[in-house]
Amino acid sequence: MSLPERNAAAMSTQAPTQTPTLEVRNLCTSFYTRAGVLPAVRDVSLRVAPGRILGLVGESGSGKSVTGFSILGLVDAPGRISGGQVLFKGRDLTQLSAAGLRELQGNRIAMIFQDPMMTLNPVLRVDTQMIEAVRAHRTVSKREARAHAGRTLALMGIPSPEERLRAYPHQLSGGMRQRVAIAIALLHAPDLIIADEPTTALDVTIQAQILSEVQKLVREQGTSLIWITHDLSVVAGLADDVAVMYAGRIVEQGSVADVLDRPQHPYTQGLIDSLPSRNKRGQRLRQIPGMAPDLLSMPTGCAFAARCSRATSVCAQEPPEREIAPGQTVRCFHPGAADAQ
Amino acid sequence: MRSESTPLIELRQVSKTFGKAADSSVQRLLQRLHVTRPRPVTHAVDKVDLRIQRGEVVGLVGESGCGKSTLGRMVAGLLPVSSGTALVDGQPRDSLTPEERHAMRLKVQMIFQDPSSSLNPRLRVDRIVGEGALLHGLTDKHGFDDYVSAQLQRAGLSPQLRQRYPHQFSGGQRQRIGIARALAVQPELLVCDESVAALDVSIQAQILNLFMDLRDELGLTYLFISHDLGVVEHLCDRVVVMYLGRVVESASVDDLFARANHPYTQALLAQIPRFDVRSTRYDAIQGEIPSPLNPPAGCHFHPRCPHATARCREEVPALREVSPNHLSACHLNDLS
Repeated sequence: MSLPERNAAAMSTQAPTQTPTLEVRNLCTSFYTRAGVLPAVRDVSLRVAPGRILGLVGESGSGKSVTGFSILGLVDAPGRISGGQVLFKGRDLTQLSAAGLRELQGNRIAMIFQDPMMTLNPVLRVDTQMIEAVRAHRTVSKREARAHAGRTLALMGIPSPEERLRAYPHQLSGGMRQRVAIAIALLHAPDLIIADEPTTALDVTIQAQILSEVQKLVREQGTSLIWITHDLSVVAGLADDVAVMYAGRIVEQGSVADVLDRPQHPYTQGLIDSLPSRNKRGQRLRQIPGMAPDLLSMPTGCAFAARCSRATSVCAQEPPEREIAPGQTVRCFHPGAADAQ
Repeated sequence: MRSESTPLIELRQVSKTFGKAADSSVQRLLQRLHVTRPRPVTHAVDKVDLRIQRGEVVGLVGESGCGKSTLGRMVAGLLPVSSGTALVDGQPRDSLTPEERHAMRLKVQMIFQDPSSSLNPRLRVDRIVGEGALLHGLTDKHGFDDYVSAQLQRAGLSPQLRQRYPHQFSGGQRQRIGIARALAVQPELLVCDESVAALDVSIQAQILNLFMDLRDELGLTYLFISHDLGVVEHLCDRVVVMYLGRVVESASVDDLFARANHPYTQALLAQIPRFDVRSTRYDAIQGEIPSPLNPPAGCHFHPRCPHATARCREEVPALREVSPNHLSACHLNDLS
């Protein structure tokens, strides 16, 4: 696609009146453990429009995966959604019964995990699993279901799908397994896909193949996609919007161009600055001092304050989410470009 | 005896195979009678030459299964070579007396990918770090505590944490324990096998900075094994690219990232997600890395190579100099 075409495509999906596929409002998820309450997700709000890709970025323990699991109602005890709404096409998923959720899971909303073996059953052939997945939400004959499964595998760029259908998961390579897992997620052409680090364990060439297939599908089918990752470079190339999480909160959110090119939150700036490609070769990398706080003993106020060079006494209070530019929000008392320092 | 140009480590035509073909007549007979089946042989590393000069930081890159970890372990002396020679300071490793080998072991230390599985969970940090040094007589019982504290401090850990167990540390801190343990025996070469792959971006930057500081302070040499080309580009002086057990290209960092010669290297470089590239269209090379159990004939890369010719399917390309200190193994270079 040439550049003007791409811009045109981006414009058409950016129509402001469009209702989002997903809108999360003030979501809180906590884990009630013997050691205490872990607030894994705190007051998270985000929205994804049809055909858009949201990159949800954060380091381990930032709550990005739990956010994804919460949307789909997959948080197990001792975890619980303790507040907020998850509006999927206007319906609040947190209020749905287990049966109501199951009707949507794998059908209208699908999840792709980091480890494809979380999706695949090791003792069943690929076709058995895919036919089962098709017939769970649609009354079709096994033959039709199998044909549909084959077509979906081909859609994911899997060579000789007929052969793969007869294989067991252990007979496939890691990249192939992840593709099969993605194909299963795509069986019902869902409106929303939540992908939790699906290419992190794969080699760069395989990652590029999967990114190219996923990108094509999202654009063609108008699917909304949440891509959870720690890799800013993947988000830069793939996503339209990005939300940066730190210690359970979204600290900055906006379009990829705004957030990655003009980051306002010191944590976002720190993350970007610590990438080797953003530093002079052979020089010390700019690093964020210290480490993420323990969720069990979270400091009051801004969770990043202890590692932040801009922190002042006001940071002992919780910074509110503020819109700093149209479509870009930030949770910081001292937002601003890095150069201003 | 030890001149400036003697490499710290040199591998000459080193191979590593796992699984053995039938070598006795009885085994062969049993196989012919179909009593046993021939065991598959994996050529993990296939006739590789590698020289690491003192003070150099060499990056070793490639996809999973290309043999880079196996090569790293042979450099560290953790795996014996199947054929070829490994020289340390110009002396073949297998010609050494047991005492010399004992001393030689200390020169090369390894830092692993997963800091939790490479530390004994039942030992306190001081024993993990200090045991090797004590055994090799680098310290004694009286000086033990001070020695361990010094190592921990150098790796950026507080000596007060000496009495803790590995599970009480975060991932980045555990990696620092692994580094302190390696430094405790005063090595000259560190083999880092994906040492920052499991760490978060901000912690990764801290550990990479530590590696760079240690290089300046102690004059360490590194073999840095990684699949992350961004990290390699930042840290290394020279890069060696492996594909299915063979070295396909070797050049200085500047040369490799500016003028990659081998089609595989070019494809790899084209596919790293780059932070400064927005809304890219991923255009992937097709296919996957073939199984090392049954590698393709000729150039291993030919089934995925867009420029493959009949010659590539039959003849193994030799690693040859395409410009000063830039080696590449590709038949295309003969055409020009």
